[in-house]
Amino acid sequence: MAAKKLNIKDKYRLLTRDLDWEFSYQDRNKAFPFEEFEGIKITDWSKWEDPFRLTMDAYWKYQAEKERKLYAIFDAFAQNNGQLNISDPRYVNALKIFLTGVSPLEYQAFQGFAHTGRQFGGVGARVACQMQSIDELRHVQTQVHAMSHYNKFFDGLQDWSHMHDRVWYLSVPKSFFNDARAAGPFEFMVAIGFSFEYVLTNLLFVPFMSGAAYNGDMATVTFGFSAQSDEARHMTLGLEVIKFLLEQHEDNVPIVQRWIDKWFWRGTRLLTIVSMMMDYMLPNKVMSWKEAWEVYFEEAGGALFKDLARYGIRMPKYADIIEKEKEHVSHQAWWTFYTHGHAAGFHTWIPTDEELDWLSEKYPDTFDKYYRPRWELAKEMEAKGERFYTKALPQLCTTCQIPMLFTEMDDPTQISYRDSIYKGDRYHFCSDGCKDIFDDEPEKFVQSWLPVHQIFQGNCGGPDVEDILRDYYQMNVGVDNMDIKGSPDEERWKKWKGVA
Amino acid sequence: MSIEIKTATMEPVRNTYANVERRFGDKPATRYQEATYDLQSETNFHYRPLWQPELELNDPRRTAIVMSDWYAFKDPRQFYYGAYVQQRAKMQEVAESNYAFFEKRDLARFLSDDARAEVIRFLVPLRHLEHTANLNNMYGAAYGFGTAITQALLFNGMDRLGMAQYLSRIGLILDGNSGDALAEAKQQWLEADIWQGLRALCEETLVTEDWFEVMLAQNLVMDALVTDLVYRQFDQKLCDAGAQDIGMLTEFMQLWNKDATRWIDAVLKTAVAESEENEALLAQWIEKWRGKAAEALAPLADAMLGADALGEALALLDKRVAKAGIK
Repeated sequence: MAAKKLNIKDKYRLLTRDLDWEFSYQDRNKAFPFEEFEGIKITDWSKWEDPFRLTMDAYWKYQAEKERKLYAIFDAFAQNNGQLNISDPRYVNALKIFLTGVSPLEYQAFQGFAHTGRQFGGVGARVACQMQSIDELRHVQTQVHAMSHYNKFFDGLQDWSHMHDRVWYLSVPKSFFNDARAAGPFEFMVAIGFSFEYVLTNLLFVPFMSGAAYNGDMATVTFGFSAQSDEARHMTLGLEVIKFLLEQHEDNVPIVQRWIDKWFWRGTRLLTIVSMMMDYMLPNKVMSWKEAWEVYFEEAGGALFKDLARYGIRMPKYADIIEKEKEHVSHQAWWTFYTHGHAAGFHTWIPTDEELDWLSEKYPDTFDKYYRPRWELAKEMEAKGERFYTKALPQLCTTCQIPMLFTEMDDPTQISYRDSIYKGDRYHFCSDGCKDIFDDEPEKFVQSWLPVHQIFQGNCGGPDVEDILRDYYQMNVGVDNMDIKGSPDEERWKKWKGVA
Repeated sequence: MSIEIKTATMEPVRNTYANVERRFGDKPATRYQEATYDLQSETNFHYRPLWQPELELNDPRRTAIVMSDWYAFKDPRQFYYGAYVQQRAKMQEVAESNYAFFEKRDLARFLSDDARAEVIRFLVPLRHLEHTANLNNMYGAAYGFGTAITQALLFNGMDRLGMAQYLSRIGLILDGNSGDALAEAKQQWLEADIWQGLRALCEETLVTEDWFEVMLAQNLVMDALVTDLVYRQFDQKLCDAGAQDIGMLTEFMQLWNKDATRWIDAVLKTAVAESEENEALLAQWIEKWRGKAAEALAPLADAMLGADALGEALALLDKRVAKAGIK
């Protein structure tokens, strides 16, 4: 008998979509209990369009091929001391941020997609989430392996997971993902699958990987190339989720819009650290943060939202504020880290004169006017042996958990403060966007584990900041942090390179 | 003779990550160690999940099993993602060549009508069991505690999806890609008396809340019994009936079961060794699910193989349980 040829859609339907069945012996809602409480209406899971129709045998085959190549490069990198080929030891500090701040998010993505991969009632959506879940586990593990060799030769990478759970600025990315995972499964998909993976990935993943490429980091950039096809799958899933929710029921539209507003604001706040990495931490610059924002958000994101307008979805709230912020956030953030460089888990520094000129050129409307004078002052103080570190702990925004470092966008000399009173207590925010998010779900955000509050409450040891850094954060004070000048990282680099 | 290429050796500042060093000392670590230990957050969570506000996002209290260190569940296969996919890729390469050979030589035409009917009636419906196992393992991956066990559960869950797809392909080979065999097998699963016990049991595991209990019910009790009944005894029956070529299509499952047994037996042994409370609880769960599974599988085993078959499978399960230290 000649077998008929199956097209890929029919084959996938028979091999995967047909596996589930209607329950007879138990209440199906008890097996998939979290689908209704967010108010999202799913009328027909069978309308789900599979974003990729990959069966497991093909998955194992392709992924194993990628892993073989990737680990061959890791081995060669270690064997040949590839760390000697990076542009400048300052570059490694971007990796420290990546491993302590971003890799643990990949882990949380594995957990979040495992949750939706178990909980969605539709088998097509479930399996797509499961595949993303295992990809995300791949990403955290391959990142740990990519950085493993750097950890042997540079300080500050060694206790990344311990730090992620405790260190003040790392609560920004951690709380972002905790927020998404603590939400219902559909909000998680809009937050991570759509907003984060589809729209913002080019502003997070790509800058770090391009930074690696521009700065001679063979291990990390090879990971980046290897993960590209995974990321492409994740993006198609993110887009399918949003279309599916909007097409299922018109009542879903306002709920999805509220989530888009929330997660774009949260996303842009999270990207603050990327902005400073691109503008200040990469010795060889890829492009300025402002340029990246214009290409990847304003152009690409603008086109996307035009496309979504037919469903009744508009641009995220405060997109106008975000547009102004691209001129400021990287400068405000790096200055904050520079002045708190004794409490960071990586090194900070004053930009070189060439870098200051580059910033002036890239930010003609703001840098010379507001930010360059600060660096000129810092240079003077450093020359006099008075490198400045602030003694104070910063006030944090209750929602995004970033220190109150952002200014009013129309007056960059005035710090932006907002507040709300909930059940008799006052909560502080960096922006209208963060205040709105709190006001919408106060019972969630009053729970925020704010690192500075926790320190003052005595929950992180102490009493002095140095005690907390050493004992609670487990940093090697004076080794992992402070200025790059005179650091062991710099000393070793000079020795390897034979310069005095 | 050997030659040695001189490379510049550089003295490292440290040999591995600090968390691995705290566990195993300052020496070079394996990739499994660096990719497994302490990856999951354990403290300072920001918000309680809206879907389960009585617990933290990552919380060891989602099972009644108590461990002082959840990383005691070291995987004897040392599977992290890269090791896992490369191992499975080797297995799928063999499977692919088996399936291709089977189809190219049209080995299906050597099956007797009886053997073909039996494969559709007894083997192909198991794709729905594999689908249940996919969900039950994802459940542990999502709500379990500690990367050592949750990653193994995730791998197992994806394996089960893969095997559901292989079993579906067997149906498609037999029906010439019409999907009729799959429809017939699903009809069996949904309506035939011999399958209703197992289907009810699957549905029951899907509403059971303790992830460790679900893991044991699925990966130890149900798998031990079904593996022995289907992939040993029924396989033998097919061979005796001249339908041994079907074995080419189930070789993946045979190999896989050996691999998974090694892991789940190690998990059980570790949990038992931790405390008497664990042991008592595990013994109670195993007894509970053994009883349910035996009852559920009895009509299927009887129809597929005869009266003694289930007893043999149960004896093998009991032996494994005893070996893990449960008295």
